[in-house]
Amino acid sequence: MKEKNKYAFLTSTQMILVYVIIAFSLVVGFRQPAFFSPATIITICRTGIFTMCFALCEMVVILSGGIDVSFPAIGCVAMYVPMYIVNRVYKIDSAFFAFAVAIIIGLLFGLLNGFLVSVLELPPLIATLATSSVASGGVVTLLGTREFTNLPSSLQAIYNTNLITYTAPDSGFTYPLNVLILVPVVAALLVSWVLRKTMLGRGLYAIGGDKNAARVAGFNVRKLQFIAYVFSGVFTGIAAMIYNILMHSATTSALMGDEMITIAACVIGGVRITGGHGTVLGTFLGVLLITLVQNNLNMLGIPTSWQRFVVGIVILLGTILTSWQAKRSMNAGRA
Amino acid sequence: MTNDIFLKLKGIQKSFGGVHALKGVDLEIRKGEIHCLAGENGCGKSTLIKAISGVHEIDGGEIEIEGEKVEKMRPIDAINRGIQVIYQDFAVFPNLTVAENIALNGEVKNKARLVDWKEVHRTAEEAMNQVGAKLDPDIQLERLPVAGKQMVAICRAIINDAKLLILDEPTTALNEKEVENLWKVVRSLKEKGIAIMIVNHKLDEIYEIADRLTILRNGSFVSTGLISEYDTARFTKDMTGHDVTSAKYAPEESGEEIFRVEGLSLSGRFTDVSFSMNRGDILGITGLLGSGRGEIGEALFGITPVESGRIYLNGKEIQIKSVNDAIKNQIGYVPEDRLTQGLFMQRSILDNVVVSSIRKYFHGVKLDDNQMEEAADHWIKELSIATPSAKPAVRNLSGGNAQKVVISKWLNTDPRLFILNGPTVGVDIGAKSEIHQILRGLAQKGIGIIIISDDLPELLTNCNKIIIMRDGRIGEVTDNTIERIEL
Repeated sequence: MKEKNKYAFLTSTQMILVYVIIAFSLVVGFRQPAFFSPATIITICRTGIFTMCFALCEMVVILSGGIDVSFPAIGCVAMYVPMYIVNRVYKIDSAFFAFAVAIIIGLLFGLLNGFLVSVLELPPLIATLATSSVASGGVVTLLGTREFTNLPSSLQAIYNTNLITYTAPDSGFTYPLNVLILVPVVAALLVSWVLRKTMLGRGLYAIGGDKNAARVAGFNVRKLQFIAYVFSGVFTGIAAMIYNILMHSATTSALMGDEMITIAACVIGGVRITGGHGTVLGTFLGVLLITLVQNNLNMLGIPTSWQRFVVGIVILLGTILTSWQAKRSMNAGRA
Repeated sequence: MTNDIFLKLKGIQKSFGGVHALKGVDLEIRKGEIHCLAGENGCGKSTLIKAISGVHEIDGGEIEIEGEKVEKMRPIDAINRGIQVIYQDFAVFPNLTVAENIALNGEVKNKARLVDWKEVHRTAEEAMNQVGAKLDPDIQLERLPVAGKQMVAICRAIINDAKLLILDEPTTALNEKEVENLWKVVRSLKEKGIAIMIVNHKLDEIYEIADRLTILRNGSFVSTGLISEYDTARFTKDMTGHDVTSAKYAPEESGEEIFRVEGLSLSGRFTDVSFSMNRGDILGITGLLGSGRGEIGEALFGITPVESGRIYLNGKEIQIKSVNDAIKNQIGYVPEDRLTQGLFMQRSILDNVVVSSIRKYFHGVKLDDNQMEEAADHWIKELSIATPSAKPAVRNLSGGNAQKVVISKWLNTDPRLFILNGPTVGVDIGAKSEIHQILRGLAQKGIGIIIISDDLPELLTNCNKIIIMRDGRIGEVTDNTIERIEL
């Protein structure tokens, strides 16, 4: 029995991801010894910050049996509107204000998604597609398409706050790690705890596994679906503001198209698209692998024009692995 | 005596929009007895269960639990009084572990906020000990076979101090061994004083497990009594309202061979299978699950083609490498799981009838609607499918009628060989005998009929030749004059 458990652990999706990540790192490091440097870790962390935030949102929604393709649009609105207000309407130099507006916008669209999916019982893909269109079309119509590249000093202060700064000994380049990395870290720990240790978390798994069984068991299915979408909306708002701070750019289209890579990161990490399966750790590994591949292909001498193609292949292989694991798991029941 | 009665129903009535689903049903369940509730599909069994469990509010009649009249029964009242129902879908979570599935409902009821995993394991362990189930508490439910999921559902039901456990058609998806195990569990629960009501319409199973029996027909109470008071004739008469003949099928010897296979093999499934059938024969293939019985059917229909061996249809050797080959050679196949494999449940009867023979109705690029309607109407009449027209979606039909639609779909392709895997699974006794009559008629017309089934009485009555598979090989070949089949 113990042997079997050990085997199951060593061939689990998460462990296979770990092997792939190690193998990829070794290959890159072999070609470019510079890869093995603290600088790489800091770069990965920096680019992974918002991908991880968005992946957490997506994971919670997919777990509950839904899907959310509206977060890029919601995120764009959530960072564009406060920056528009600050720049064009009334100069309020307050980080609290910026985040509050972003969160409220995320909350409102999250409520809309929750209403469409749980009360009107629309298919989540269609509902969130509609929300996406409403959000991004609405903001463009009402507020136009500008780009705000100046941060108010309060946000700039956050940008300037670094957790650690690594200076490469030979080149003298500095690699700062922004304090905002703590947001996805804390959020990941929190979400992980909620999913494993609270009835709210188990309820999300339950409705993702079988809505009807969850209803019979006494779970409030609608409420749980609502919570998933509202969490996604609110946290998307926060993540979008982080994007704005780190990138010094708020536009109405900056995040558009991110939904695919985010969903892919989740699925590679073992989140089953049909709901009910997935962990924070798996999602983290999925994000790590995709970020790693995106950032380091040039180190392997693969031209930039090929990067999308290669990322696509990684996604494809990752998804095949997950679905193969799922099939293996179900077939075990028949034997 | 009255102290022994746990549940008493008197003249229960329930109607849905003018349709009387229950027209005054009486039922008495005693403590620690195993009581079977039998009746054909649509007789009101499910409605009655839902009345007892408080899902449906009754329109008339009385419910008494332990001698106390219950004024209004809501689901929560039923649970608080110890009534637990296990429906056919079990309502379990495929993505959660065994332990969690068992304990979760209790935690929700206690309005717990945090999950105490130690407590979850303890509860699950205790329930499994009581039931005598041996399952790995940390395995996800989707990895368990149906029987395992059922055990989990039973464990979950009894942790809430169940006094009456209602099982809705618990044996439908189980093989013989699993059924035996289920009965063992049911008996041990009975010894603990729990009353058990089983909805079932398989006579042999009822004989094996039940103490008493109640039969419903068309929403009315027909009879109740000790199991010893029922013989096959009374049982079928009470179920269907008329006598059902069950004369054994004995065709005249034609001596004209229509189908023969030699040395069929598929590694890991079956080895060296040879048999032949004459015009008029109905061939039965049986065996335990995994003996190769179902795999032969799938191989002959090209789903998982054989690796070696020869197949002759009407004297000509044919190759079956794919489903297409099988269809070209006019072979029809009714899969075991017709709901997912044999029918488009959302589509109309008409669509389902013509789907496998759609080419016949193409004139140029246009489909001939009139011809298709004629075909559908023809089969509805021929097989007496109970429906006002060919328009309704198949999912609105009962199991027996849905099965007739699958059969007409293949008959519409003019098959020369017709393979049916579990043709009457989930079909009630009246429709079952109708389907058997249809198959006999087809065999007489010269169509080769192969029935694959684990329903041994069904084979003994309807097949004049029976093959028993053991471990992928033909174990025994017999005619139907024997009394019992040993697997």
